[in-house]
Amino acid sequence: MHDSILNFRSYRYLWVSILLCAGSLTAYLWHDPIGVPNGGSWLGYTLGTIGAVLIVWLLWFGIRKRRYGRAIGTARGWLSAHVYLGTSLILISLLHSGFQVGWNIHTLALVLMLLVIFSGFFGVYAYLRYPALMTRNRASATREAMVAEIRELDAQALQLADKVDKSVHDAILRSIQNTRLGGGLWAQLTAKDDSGQALTRLKEAVTQAATADKQHRSGQTMVVMVDFLANQANDVQSDTLRRLIDLVSRKRALASRVARDIQLQALMEIWLYIHVPLSLALLGALTAHILSVFFYW
Amino acid sequence: MFEIAIVGSGPGGISAAARAAELKVPHILLEGALHLSNTIYRYQKGKHVMAEPEALPLRSPLKFQAGSRESILESWDQDVAKLGVNVRHGAEVTAIKKTDAGFELSIGRNDKIQARNVILGIGLQGNIRKLGVAGEDAPFVQYTLDDPDEYEGETIIVVGAGDAAIENAVALAKQNQVVVVNRREEFARAKEGNLRAIQKAIEDGVIECFFGSAPERIDKLTVGKKPGRMILNTPKGRAQVLCDRIIARLGANPPRTFVEACGVKFPNDDPAAVPAISEKYESNVPGLYIVGALGGYPLIKQAMNQGYEVVEYILGRSVEPADEPLLRAKFESMPGFKSVNATLQKIQNAVPLLATITPLQLREFMIDSTLLAPKSGEAIFKRNDYTNSFYCLVDGHVEVLMDDSGDKRVVLNPGEFFGEMSLISGRRRTATVVAGKSCVLIETPRRSMKRLINSVDAVKKMIDQVFVERAIRARFGEEATAVQIRDVVKGATLQRFKAGDVLFREGEDGDCLHLVRVGSLTISRQIAGREIVLSYVPAGNYVGEMALLGGGKRSATAKAAIATETIRVERDAFRKLLAQNPMLRMKLANEVKQRTAENITTQAGASSGDVISFLIGQGVGEATDVLLIDESLCVRCDNCEKACAETHGGTSRLDREAGPTFANVHVPTSCRHCEHPHCMKDCPPDAIHRAPNGEVFIADNCIGCGNCERNCPYGVIHMAAKPKKKPGLLQWLLFGAGPGPGESPYDPDSHEKKAVKCDMCKDIKGGAACVRACPTGAAIRISPEQLPEYAYARAP
Ligand SMILES: Cc1cc2nc3c(=O)[nH]c(=O)nc-3n(C[C@H](O)[C@H](O)[C@H](O)COP(=O)(O)OP(=O)(O)OC[C@H]3O[C@@H](n4cnc5c(N)ncnc54)[C@H](O)[C@@H]3O)c2cc1C
Ligand code: HEM
Ligand code: SF4
Ligand code: SF4
Ligand code: SF4
Repeated sequence: MHDSILNFRSYRYLWVSILLCAGSLTAYLWHDPIGVPNGGSWLGYTLGTIGAVLIVWLLWFGIRKRRYGRAIGTARGWLSAHVYLGTSLILISLLHSGFQVGWNIHTLALVLMLLVIFSGFFGVYAYLRYPALMTRNRASATREAMVAEIRELDAQALQLADKVDKSVHDAILRSIQNTRLGGGLWAQLTAKDDSGQALTRLKEAVTQAATADKQHRSGQTMVVMVDFLANQANDVQSDTLRRLIDLVSRKRALASRVARDIQLQALMEIWLYIHVPLSLALLGALTAHILSVFFYW
Repeated sequence: MFEIAIVGSGPGGISAAARAAELKVPHILLEGALHLSNTIYRYQKGKHVMAEPEALPLRSPLKFQAGSRESILESWDQDVAKLGVNVRHGAEVTAIKKTDAGFELSIGRNDKIQARNVILGIGLQGNIRKLGVAGEDAPFVQYTLDDPDEYEGETIIVVGAGDAAIENAVALAKQNQVVVVNRREEFARAKEGNLRAIQKAIEDGVIECFFGSAPERIDKLTVGKKPGRMILNTPKGRAQVLCDRIIARLGANPPRTFVEACGVKFPNDDPAAVPAISEKYESNVPGLYIVGALGGYPLIKQAMNQGYEVVEYILGRSVEPADEPLLRAKFESMPGFKSVNATLQKIQNAVPLLATITPLQLREFMIDSTLLAPKSGEAIFKRNDYTNSFYCLVDGHVEVLMDDSGDKRVVLNPGEFFGEMSLISGRRRTATVVAGKSCVLIETPRRSMKRLINSVDAVKKMIDQVFVERAIRARFGEEATAVQIRDVVKGATLQRFKAGDVLFREGEDGDCLHLVRVGSLTISRQIAGREIVLSYVPAGNYVGEMALLGGGKRSATAKAAIATETIRVERDAFRKLLAQNPMLRMKLANEVKQRTAENITTQAGASSGDVISFLIGQGVGEATDVLLIDESLCVRCDNCEKACAETHGGTSRLDREAGPTFANVHVPTSCRHCEHPHCMKDCPPDAIHRAPNGEVFIADNCIGCGNCERNCPYGVIHMAAKPKKKPGLLQWLLFGAGPGPGESPYDPDSHEKKAVKCDMCKDIKGGAACVRACPTGAAIRISPEQLPEYAYARAP
């Protein structure tokens, strides 16, 4: 019952596109122009018109998407058609140009169009792949809930760290300050948090406590340290440290989940920042292309 | 001795007192609170009070028109002073005893007054429960909390374990030290979200909680920093907590116990039942009158009119009831109209169902209803419509068409009624009803009909009886004769089940068959030590016939998915029917075979049962239409929310992210369009309706009381003000004018908030905007009939 954009109405628009391409190709092969094939023949004009209309229609999707009340059809149907018909533009435009390229405004339009289309391919990939990853990563929590929990863990950690010593307190504080989730686009794509460093510092503190106890063993992993600490239940300081390690580890796990969540969401949006501006540039180039053709007629 | 004592100064009581004062009748107005009209006093600050129903004229010495809470209370205070109403504040009436001369009213602990007549206008809010220990009225003890942000840096004890207590405690904990006192060992009565919040706060040490503890006394302190302390009995012994403030949220005592203690009778135990009162508002206790919400009239204007009228009646004068013009307007178009009373009489003579109700009930019933005179051949409702109003046939005939071909038809005669099936089951109409020649009908909306059923037992009995008969006839009547059916009907009984109750278990002997009339069931089987749900049975179907046809043992377990009612048909009666009708037997045997085959396919993909269980846990079992999002397709663009907001005055009626997910099926917070919408339960102006396609929507006469928001178990209703007008899409795209699509901040100054919820885009061509705006096909809406198929397709 939930169908993706690709199989909308049993691939209706895939078939439409295939027919369109096949028709254009047959016409192209059958057509016998005077001289080399190019945009100046009647077939060239026809294909060019089809292409231009398609591009304008593809652009219209940006408007259709936001006309919620009055719009006809479903956004999914529109997008399905957008994807398939948009792809067919590759062939149609190449046929239209008779495979001629050069350093001119016409080829600029072609290149822009191809960039828009290939960014679209990435978009489709992202739409089909990332949502499921995102759900799995979230494990039923909302992002808001995760962030709220991180804030709380931070506050608790800071309180606990107060009881230990200044260096631990500073380490925790630094880690809180260095946790940045969200922000600019680049920050979203590379979101990270700094709990790792704080953990290292905590482990050091534990190690120091252990050294002071003259029970130092080298190369201990965190797990071993916790075991070791567990044996010293009376020691308030190590108990606090152990709880701190728990808190910070939990926070790290959460923060990396949030970071991944933000990253996935950004990946699903970022390509639109290429797709849309370039499609507007394409509109400009296309207009120039058409004007120049008529001007130099 | 007062001529009239009025208890409660709500709109009903205050208007009665004002009329008495105007006429210089010796009277007293007794109000428990320290101010007038406590119910309205407790509305949220600045609330816009609405004057519904618009068409009803106001008749009272007091002014009342739509306006802010403050302006209304102020104008009443002035009018009361001007008219010289004899009012006593802080006078809670604790008992009313009948005496020879009239009544004796006890006020508080030891004060008493005498009056010849009593008007009871105490509303439905009930009295707030107090702590019931010494010091319960200390200045630092309070029983309400308006704004938690008002307090800072205090130590506050919150007593109680319900939603109000939890919400207060959690909100206060942000800026204060909060101690919660809970008599029980857990927070059993709380909503899911609140439960999680308080448990977390306690775990994290943000809130301290004394479980299994009760306050013993409260002391005022004069030394030390804190003004008071509470002594507690805890399981570990006595404890003392020093505090700045105590907030007790113990709920309210519903007024029914008090009213019954005054001698007033209620027709049955239903919480919605209202006491029967005469045309003159007199209860079964002569001289004791009931007005306002307590008598079943939940709006301010109605209460005020009644207050005025009741004083007139007590003085022995006759007044034309305020609703007379409304009724006249309704009846005038009827052929042969003489007077309102004559018409009412005619109706009561014609329709046996209405024969036993009181004149006041009949008036109320007719005010809510519409008189129809459809043309011959016109469809009154169509099969599969979702409407739920009820019809009485006053004159002429109607034809009931059971199927689309129109071959199966039944003719109803004057005095009969129809439409009870959808009213009771909450499901689609099972037949089309077409008007015959010169037919006259009364169409009554669901709420008024439910109220009548709840207040008059005879009406309930008659409708139930007809329901059972028609339901059985619809199921088995094609093959069996009328006499045979009557035998089955005679032995049939109605049975109720709570959510989770078992109707019968796998392996038991089958002793009966159930026709589901309200609610829905799940059918499950024990497989490899685990209960696997095989299918889902909505109202209108039957279960349990397999065992009666075959070996006699139940092959699966049937459980109520939600509160459910069934018609139970005993084994012997049913077997007799089968023995008499080989055709029926064959038909049923075929159905059983088909069902077994279906169950086997579900069993093969047993995990689809998990999807069904999950969805039923989310209320899909009582839904008629629910929004589901496939999280493996949803790109979190929130286009669905934007589309909803854009098409619905700026607030999205769905919250995409909230809500649980199972096997990538996400149930966002959005309306389920329940079969029996909980939100409709307590809506004073009856503003929530169901449209023919099933959409549950809120009409414009919503008064913004917030009852529906509280009553909806799925948290999908919000209170919202109208947004400012905004410029068009192109203006935004080109010039950045106004807020963008899907964004539309409220006018922050507006207090005129109304309830908003999903209306399934019933007014938008093309249907649900959320679904149509989803670019990836993640968002769909399904109805429960599609549930098994859906679950099968989604099984992980
Ligand atoms: C939040 C909210 C918003 C609403 N908004 C609107 C609206 O906009 N328009 C509208 O028409 N209706 C509205 N209503 C409904 C309206 O408030 C009630 O219908 C109306 O108040 C009922 O009036 P009443 O006189 O029957 O009783 P109430 O107004 O409930 O008054 C009862 C009074 O009796 C007193 N009392 C109770 N017990 C005793 C006792 N034992 N001794 C002495 N005194 C006692 C109480 O303190 C109270 O003052 C709203 C209701 C709520 C809850
Ligand atoms: C010249 C060709 C194309 C043009 C001019 C074009 C233009 C656009 C525009 C204007 C939008 C609206 C974006 C927005 O407002 O949010 C859009 C969205 C999109 N396009 Fe294209 N497009 C083209 C080709 C393609 C192709 C070939 C594909 C895929 C194979 C594609 C995939 C998409 C997708 C997935 C979206 C996002 C839809 C959404 O999230 O709402 N596009 N495109
Ligand atoms: S608002 Fe709530 S109670 Fe009312 S129909 Fe929707 S889900 Fe059901
Ligand atoms: S169906 Fe319409 S009203 Fe309901 S959530 Fe969707 S868009 Fe909003
Ligand atoms: S519109 Fe569709 S894809 Fe976008 S958030 Fe809503 S459900 Fe998800």
